[in-house]
Amino acid sequence: MQHSSLEERKQHYHDCMSQYKAKIVICGGTGCIANGAMDIFHRFEAVIAAKGLKATVALQKEQADYILSKSGCQGFCQMGPLVTLYPQGIFYVHVKADDVEEIVEKTLLQGELIPRLLIHDDETGEPLPDTAHIPFYAKQERTTLKLCGMIDAQDIDEYIAHDGYTMARKAVLDMTDQEVCQAITASGLRGRGGGGFPTGRKWDLTRVQVNDTKYVICNGDEGDPGAFMDRCVMEGNPHSVLEGMIIAAKAIGANCGYIYVRAEYPLAVERLKLAVKAAKEAGFLGEQIFGSTMNFDMIIMEGAGAFVCGEETALMASIEGRRGMPMPKPPFPAVKGLFGKPTVINNVETLATVPVAMQMGVENYAAKGTAKSSGTKTFALTGHVAHTGLIEVPFGTTLREIIVDIGGGVINDDGSNCGADFKAVQIGGPSGGCLTQEHLDMPLDYDNLLSVGAMIGSGGLVVMNQQTCLIQIARFFMQFTQNESCGKCVVCREGTRQMLGLLEDITEGRATKESLELLEELAHVVKIGSLCGLGKTAPNPVLSTMKYFRDEYNAHVFDKKCPTNQCQALSCYQVVAELCKSCGLCAKKCPVNAISGAKGVPYVIDQDVCIKCGVCMETCKFHAIVK
Amino acid sequence: MKKMYATIDGIQVPIEGEKNLLEVIRKANIELPTFCYHSDISVYGACRMCMVEIEGRGLQPSCSTAAADGMVVKTNTREIRNLRKMIVELMLAHHDQNCTTCPKSGECRLQEIAQQLGVSKVRFKQLADFAPFDDSSDAIVRDPSKCVLCGDCVRVCSEIQSVGVLDFARRGSASTVVACFDKPFGTVECVNCGQCVKVCPVGALTPKFQINEVWNALHDSKKTVVVQIAPAVRVAVGEYFGYKPGTATTGQIITALRMMGFDQVYDTSFAADLTVLQEGDEFLERYGKQQNLPQFTSCCPAWVKFAEQYYPDMLPNLSTCKSPQQMFGSVCKDQLTKMLNISREDLVVVSIMPCTAKKFEAKRPEFKEGNNPDVDFVLTTKELSLMVKEQGIDFEKLEPGSFDLPFGFKTGAGVIFGNSGGVSEAVLRYAASKLNHGKMIDVKELRGGESTRIAEIKIGEVTLRLAVVSGLANARKLIDKIRRGEEHFDLVEVMACCGGCINGGGQPTSSDHQHVSKRAKGLQDQDKMLQFHSAQENPYLQELMRDDLTAEKAHHLLHTLYQNRKRISLEDIMIRKPSAETKISMKICLGTSCFLRGAQTLYTQLNDYIHSQGLDDVTEVSASFCNERCQKGPVVIINGNVLEHCTFERAVAELKRIQ
Amino acid sequence: MDHPIASKFDRVCQILEHHQRNPHKLIPILQEIQAEYLYLPEEIMTFVSTALGLSTSAIYGVATFYSHFTLTPKGKNVIKVCDGTACHVKKSEGLIQAIEKELGLNAKKRTTDDLLFTLETVACLGACGLAPAVVLNDQVHGLMTPESTLKLIREIKAKEAEVVCNTAV
Repeated sequence: MQHSSLEERKQHYHDCMSQYKAKIVICGGTGCIANGAMDIFHRFEAVIAAKGLKATVALQKEQADYILSKSGCQGFCQMGPLVTLYPQGIFYVHVKADDVEEIVEKTLLQGELIPRLLIHDDETGEPLPDTAHIPFYAKQERTTLKLCGMIDAQDIDEYIAHDGYTMARKAVLDMTDQEVCQAITASGLRGRGGGGFPTGRKWDLTRVQVNDTKYVICNGDEGDPGAFMDRCVMEGNPHSVLEGMIIAAKAIGANCGYIYVRAEYPLAVERLKLAVKAAKEAGFLGEQIFGSTMNFDMIIMEGAGAFVCGEETALMASIEGRRGMPMPKPPFPAVKGLFGKPTVINNVETLATVPVAMQMGVENYAAKGTAKSSGTKTFALTGHVAHTGLIEVPFGTTLREIIVDIGGGVINDDGSNCGADFKAVQIGGPSGGCLTQEHLDMPLDYDNLLSVGAMIGSGGLVVMNQQTCLIQIARFFMQFTQNESCGKCVVCREGTRQMLGLLEDITEGRATKESLELLEELAHVVKIGSLCGLGKTAPNPVLSTMKYFRDEYNAHVFDKKCPTNQCQALSCYQVVAELCKSCGLCAKKCPVNAISGAKGVPYVIDQDVCIKCGVCMETCKFHAIVK
Repeated sequence: MKKMYATIDGIQVPIEGEKNLLEVIRKANIELPTFCYHSDISVYGACRMCMVEIEGRGLQPSCSTAAADGMVVKTNTREIRNLRKMIVELMLAHHDQNCTTCPKSGECRLQEIAQQLGVSKVRFKQLADFAPFDDSSDAIVRDPSKCVLCGDCVRVCSEIQSVGVLDFARRGSASTVVACFDKPFGTVECVNCGQCVKVCPVGALTPKFQINEVWNALHDSKKTVVVQIAPAVRVAVGEYFGYKPGTATTGQIITALRMMGFDQVYDTSFAADLTVLQEGDEFLERYGKQQNLPQFTSCCPAWVKFAEQYYPDMLPNLSTCKSPQQMFGSVCKDQLTKMLNISREDLVVVSIMPCTAKKFEAKRPEFKEGNNPDVDFVLTTKELSLMVKEQGIDFEKLEPGSFDLPFGFKTGAGVIFGNSGGVSEAVLRYAASKLNHGKMIDVKELRGGESTRIAEIKIGEVTLRLAVVSGLANARKLIDKIRRGEEHFDLVEVMACCGGCINGGGQPTSSDHQHVSKRAKGLQDQDKMLQFHSAQENPYLQELMRDDLTAEKAHHLLHTLYQNRKRISLEDIMIRKPSAETKISMKICLGTSCFLRGAQTLYTQLNDYIHSQGLDDVTEVSASFCNERCQKGPVVIINGNVLEHCTFERAVAELKRIQ
Repeated sequence: MDHPIASKFDRVCQILEHHQRNPHKLIPILQEIQAEYLYLPEEIMTFVSTALGLSTSAIYGVATFYSHFTLTPKGKNVIKVCDGTACHVKKSEGLIQAIEKELGLNAKKRTTDDLLFTLETVACLGACGLAPAVVLNDQVHGLMTPESTLKLIREIKAKEAEVVCNTAV
């Protein structure tokens, strides 16, 4: 079958595009769609038509005045819905369907900016016209994410127009498998799913296995709560993942690939399926790809709701139709993986980075970042910061730069911005540890973080303000891990359950000195004894918070107090004598008769009897009872 | 070849192709504590007890790590000791710690390891959310409050027996080992072989004890209680009293049983001799007619249930002979009631077996007269040892006794029944005498350690091709080959337990890795020590057959029929009821056999045909899950007319015909 | 009236054929069967075990391991509240408690008796910028409060009541 070459397709794309006066890109990530992005999309169609002009929807590319396009997640979820107008790159935020009329009239037709729809500088208040000026974007180095949020994920030609699939073609036609492995090794790329294992080396270990059947698996089972980097890549630039897999397949000698996606990401599943279809039609997947002798098939499988299936041996068990229970390693997947064959399993981001690193030149990619952690990393910046969203920065960036420069500073519960005064930053999700003020200026990379008891993990970064109870955070993560434990090994199965029990004792005031000691001892055992990564990293939030916030633990255990007042069972309800009007309503409502007093005398709550239900505080009309 | 060594706790040990580091460590005389490791089944790696410190590699599980030349290993560091103790504490925190009332007390690995590691307290909260206690099965009792989730039972049932009735359900600390849909054990496809009981390190799976029922019968002065002992029991029960595996303690067992109050002590091997004659005659007849070959042995009740469930089309090939246990029961009750002038109800027959499936067999409805079973109670080897201990008998010091006559007399043929290959050898000795005009031959080819053995035996002008297989997964493989026509045999012996009854579910567990072959040798030695080695030489048996067992009576007492247990569901599923009057009623069988013969495709094709002919409104379509015509599938029933070996064309022709 | 299990039996056969009765495809097969029945009926799982040559216990083990599979029917409207880190930090627990109170549900009981609603907590929907997030019948709603959540639920209740009234008439 004759296919047009990549160059022909690229040229054709540009020829088509040149006819349009402007390109309107609406962010179509899950967040913005939830916020009404599709309404805006259709309103643009309607308004433009009403003005007697024509707007085409990207894939069709007919003759028209304007082209409307839906991109993947642009990362600034909090500010959505987002509309970008090209060629100028004008970046409108918080757009509503009713604003469309004005945008078309003023900006599209008359070239005027609408200040209220622009982001304003935090200090000067000046409106900022495009992303190059917005600190949230300007301070990032969107490398893997470069095309996410810019291109239409369902348009393979737009990907090709940005030199997409040229690296896959080069690898398949012009390079040997060994050369591909060497190139990726030279790039310094390390597994972005959390393991940080050098990708080129993993490929090479699989390459040398002698077997007619080998597999490439893309691990899209991003289950870390608070992480959505992989989702954005799969939704926003699925072809980059496919291209990475094709290059991996060439590197190891595989003829079949699997993409395992969480079923909770239906949009990602849909976009990947469409991308595979388009790639097949173009001759990049299937038989004799790029006109070579290589065959490479792709199968997409949806997960069925098990976080543990993000672990590679559990993932493979799941593809094989079994319970997702991990197996001891060795044997490693490179030697004996899916269906017993040599297999490479890589994270979505790792695979999407492969063509990007090759395109810019692997030495140039290696030059970014730090000596042992080259390149860039995406992070999901969430929690108590002014600007939450998906970011990408080179390794070596500091927490200060992320939280203050990009994130815009820490936000307290009362809404005030306190700059860099966070209590802790959880990095790496339920497998990770926390970082504190003392790490503000530490360059972030794989090894630095490990040395302080944390890990990059998949890239979830949750910022917590001073009003957060960190024991509650540790308990929350342990609850998650415990729920997702597969139950195979005694250590994780029983260990996480007992750890959760101990944490609950601490937050509910039942803990003793022995509880703390037992918790620490158990955490160490779970860390070294568990069968798989889930169990081995489950104690990290506990160990890390114990290391940096021992005082807070001590307060909960010995003083039976929660310094941030978040733990309901440890709250201390008290009557403020000056404000008390002695109406006696609180005493009447108290279910355990803990409040006593008389007319003219302020009422008092007996702390020994109080069950901390909070009804008195709700009842008091004079706000005389505080926690 | 360069010799390879590993250093284990400072001791150099050669590496000679062991499966894993754990087995190399054994050569340094260190037995690492384990729960989930079992050399016969796949590595699981879940209990984490066998972790060791490998220089340069840190803490690794030794069961799943290969030994490498130059490895330096420490097995007992402070970290490892803490880890092991804490694992046991965690297990105990989610375990019913009532050891004293647990049937596994004294034999329990958790108890043993807790003591061994010096675990003196459990610092964790006691969790008690267990699945319910399940004693619905006649043979095996499940107690989830004792389960440590090592998964050994799951893997044995699936890998060695290919039945797969147990598996994990749910996840995390809610995980349990259950039968499908949490059904009671007695209602599912369990064949009662008891291999799960054998591998269970704790008291989660135990045989269903009938000790109290037997004591009650012994205390009842109105009852005459007789007992039969299976061959495999005599070379194993001594292990409960400190004897090595394979030591025959028959004489002491007999004395102990008399002290307990049994009126007569007999030998199952007598009935085994009878089985040899009946089965031998049956075989020779079939061989002469070349009908229903191969003949499968039928003395293993787990294999019988397995065949009824998965190979009902092969049931005609099963020998119609009852097992020795059951032949004994029916003959004994027939003869002794007359000899002692007592009623059946007042005669209690107890059997002592190495097997849990025998408990199920004794309760089969075919094995009774009226309401009175041929065998009243079955005790496992374990239960015998408990009864001896309960009475306080000092087993080792007993004077040996002898069996009572006539049912205590046997030949060597009856004794080797306990070994895999023993039944075939015994039958062949008899058959050879008939085919070879009285000359008997010694059949050594059927002995050995491999679980599937094939032999060609020349007897006179006849060459018989035999297969001996133990372990049901091996049986399945062999039968599938026979079905596909890849193999042909005249006689096939199937034992559910690898190695035969000596390795049954009711036998003692042993730390001696050679215990099976030692017990097998024990029985072979017993055979050698007897005066007669072939069943037809048993004078008491000859007398019985001559004086009392006519052909008709023998058929009634000694032979049986089997039931097809293929049906998954008793009810048919109504798929479509017509909106108008029913003119056509079509029922298609979708049970496994028919399914494998293309029933599902046929179903789709016929449905499409009915639809294309516009007959939806007048056709009632239903599916059944077995019409018990499995060897003639696919089976389609149209308006009451049964079409066997049905094809699309035949069905369409029938539909056209009735219109 | 059609037997509820048998009526979709043809689809089950189609699904099995589509996956070539490959036992490795058990999970996608169960997913598609659940899409038809909205849960996994016991009889169908038994049939699948016959078709694929797997033991019924193995199928039961897989069906109970993954949280997406349910062996009891779910409600018509499925409310998924995200309890991922970002949403949790933005008080998603409050939403869960409000919904439980409104619909009479608790930790063990997740589906209303009238089979109208099922409440689930999901680990992370990936809409962290809009925390706390709720998915109702596959539609994502961000920045929710207990009040806005209850409003959504009451709107559905009203619609369902209308349908009943109209049918009754």
